[in-house]
Amino acid sequence: MLSEDSDRVLLERLRRGDKSACAECIERHSPGVYRVALRLLGHEAEAEEVMQETFLSAFKAIDKFEGRAGLATWLYRIAHNAALMRLRRAQPEQVSVDDEEAFGEGLPVPTQLHDWCCLPERDFESSETRAALERAIHDLPEKLRVVFVMRELEGLSTEETAQALEISIDAAKVRLHRARLQLREHLSPYFTELAQTEA
Amino acid sequence: METARCPHLLENMSAYLDGEASAELCAEIERHLDGCEDCRVVVDTLRKTITLYHELPQPELHPEARLRLYKSLDLSEFLNS
Repeated sequence: MLSEDSDRVLLERLRRGDKSACAECIERHSPGVYRVALRLLGHEAEAEEVMQETFLSAFKAIDKFEGRAGLATWLYRIAHNAALMRLRRAQPEQVSVDDEEAFGEGLPVPTQLHDWCCLPERDFESSETRAALERAIHDLPEKLRVVFVMRELEGLSTEETAQALEISIDAAKVRLHRARLQLREHLSPYFTELAQTEA
Repeated sequence: METARCPHLLENMSAYLDGEASAELCAEIERHLDGCEDCRVVVDTLRKTITLYHELPQPELHPEARLRLYKSLDLSEFLNS
């Protein structure tokens, strides 16, 4: 995670009400907050609103932030909660509130068993492939998507991801694993078709 | 994915790919992969999937969105600092 030590100094300045510290916090963390919101919501304008809400809420509540998690982790938590509220409003039946899933049990058996790893690099770097990768993230269930985005795309550690989402480290690990398996399963038909076209 | 060991491998695949599996588990997985083509394909394509996401260009915050963020927080005076 980016410069935790300098975040501690920044936090002290934020607590003193230093406005230049607010600007520094934005410069440091707004790109990541925006990306997480965008990948959760799939909509640029909504992601921008969530980013604004995140920093507004964070600066208002800075005295209540105990600092057990890092500043970035706390900002991701606020952004996730704000994005989740929007998702629930938009699709209440698709976003479960509870945590009853037995994440460690019953992993789906992979059905896509074609080896597409040997495709030419240009196929992996095309705009079509990048769009397919983004679509596959968007098609993940929210609980898996947010873990994958934080852990794999934003580079948070497993512990930071768990802290941001207020879940256990084991739950974060299992959700990441399930997300990866689902993405592989989802992307394999696309790459298999490319491989068969190349052959 | 038909042998008795496949579900065990599937459960531990991320730990194996992330280098978090014990030496003993790694050896067990590699022995299994030598004889199970389906699991080898799943491991290889899973590893490639992870790599592709690590290499995926990150969406960028539009400069105008940054401008609006500063304005919404009454911090416009710091925009050019």
